[in-house]
Amino acid sequence: MNGALPFIAAAALLALALGFLARRGKDMNLEQWTVGGRGFGALFVFLLLAGEIYTTFTFLGGSGYAYGKGAPAYYILAYGTLAYVLSYFMLPPIWRYAKENRLYSQSDFFVSKYDSSALGVLVALVDIVALIPYLVLQFKGLGIIVEIAGYGAISSTVAIWIGAIIVAAYVMVSGVHGSAWTSVAKDTMILAIVIFLGLYLPIHYYGGLGPMFEAIEKAKPGFTVLPAHGESLWWFSSTVLLTALGFFMWPHSFGSIYTAKSATVLRKNAFLLPLYQLILLFVFFVGFAASLQVPGLTGSNIDLALFKLSVKTFDPWFVGVIGATGVLTALVPGSMILMTAATLIANNLYRAVNPSADDVQVAWLAKLLVPLVALVAVFFTLKGGETIVALLLMGYSFVTQLFPSLILSLAQRNIATREGAAAGIIAGVATVAAVSLSGASLHKLAWLPAQIQDLNIGIIALVVNFIVLVVVSLATRRAEAPARAAAE
Amino acid sequence: MRSIRWLAVVPFIALIIGPFFVNRADPPVLGLPFLLAWIVAWILITSLIMAVIYAVDPANREERP
Repeated sequence: MNGALPFIAAAALLALALGFLARRGKDMNLEQWTVGGRGFGALFVFLLLAGEIYTTFTFLGGSGYAYGKGAPAYYILAYGTLAYVLSYFMLPPIWRYAKENRLYSQSDFFVSKYDSSALGVLVALVDIVALIPYLVLQFKGLGIIVEIAGYGAISSTVAIWIGAIIVAAYVMVSGVHGSAWTSVAKDTMILAIVIFLGLYLPIHYYGGLGPMFEAIEKAKPGFTVLPAHGESLWWFSSTVLLTALGFFMWPHSFGSIYTAKSATVLRKNAFLLPLYQLILLFVFFVGFAASLQVPGLTGSNIDLALFKLSVKTFDPWFVGVIGATGVLTALVPGSMILMTAATLIANNLYRAVNPSADDVQVAWLAKLLVPLVALVAVFFTLKGGETIVALLLMGYSFVTQLFPSLILSLAQRNIATREGAAAGIIAGVATVAAVSLSGASLHKLAWLPAQIQDLNIGIIALVVNFIVLVVVSLATRRAEAPARAAAE
Repeated sequence: MRSIRWLAVVPFIALIIGPFFVNRADPPVLGLPFLLAWIVAWILITSLIMAVIYAVDPANREERP
């Protein structure tokens, strides 16, 4: 037993308790379980939408990115901000349509707009392929955090099992209510801890932010600006654009839109959430502070920067508090992903095969699927090798391929047909997978201009997707037109 | 007043095209490298722009109980 463990255990128990309490006074039918009865006010919607930002990826990965690569990490600040600007105009019509048609999942939206359950199956499959690695990432992060912050007293394997059981239990009982309640604890802690670390560490080690950046610039010239090649300006701009468009295409973020009780709630968050983005700035300060203090971490180990520096700087009990915060950043997004994946399988895959299933059966199945999905994710976390990492890198590019057919469906007259939407999504996803899995890279095509070589592959796939969508839509519309004329 | 919504385009220009013109560390602003300070400044301005759009948007008044 050491000073850190009680705090980490307390965080796990707090999540479990809040997760169970969240159920109180509610009849957990499908609508309550998966979209909170469409009754969440500004605070809960704020926390659910912010949940996407403050995951273990930002806590460990954000500081690790700043530590290992410097300025390219800034892209995380920029894309969220632009996504929130888009949200003001994009989310209210999505919310209204979902409410009028009693939709539960992102896949439902496509089913209803394009009147095609086959398209819904395709969207659900793309979603699940992107979600599972994302869940694996949360579990991996959880294992790392508990192992380091607990000074090795609990192995990462044990931590992952305990974390998965806690999350699966409260998701089964409370659904999205559990995610909302636990996110209150998570966001309160992360706010306090990250701002403290981001201010204290630069002052403690360098005497302030200015001297810290000066010292870094002296030791590593050019580290705080974008490099000329690789993660260059072209990479930065294309990545910011891709990830801003893809932000709300993550099925669990999309589902959070449905939980709002009014469109005004969503519009209000569009000006509050950019400010909340600034917390990431302090995460970067931690990474920059670590870059000269705990040098030598390379590869995927850069993600350990925050905890290595914390262990070096603080007493065990405070490392425990930081670890407790880290545990919550894994559990809360994990719970949303778990619930979303289970809902997609029950509501959009099972119901497509068995259309006579009613909401009660689907709700039962979704809850039963929760521990199974968690088990699959634990398996990949413990056994999965490089493939899962490759899938994860593709996840964002995958879900972004849903953007063109979604945004077009919001227009009064949708130019995309269901065949066009499906062909576009398939072409986009195939482009991402082919380029990423074959290990091909635009850098190998030496004849391309350097600027194009640095572009994010997801953006290129998005262009392919859009062209295919337009061509196939035109072709299918023309094929339909004479038939329709004959019928009239 | 609906034309004020076009202000929402400005953050995209500032954060996607802007970095091409400000990719340097000097002069630091409040200790931050210039590029980082630019991005942070635009997050604050973006929030302000969206607050103005929210305030003048009649849709937000209609729905209030």
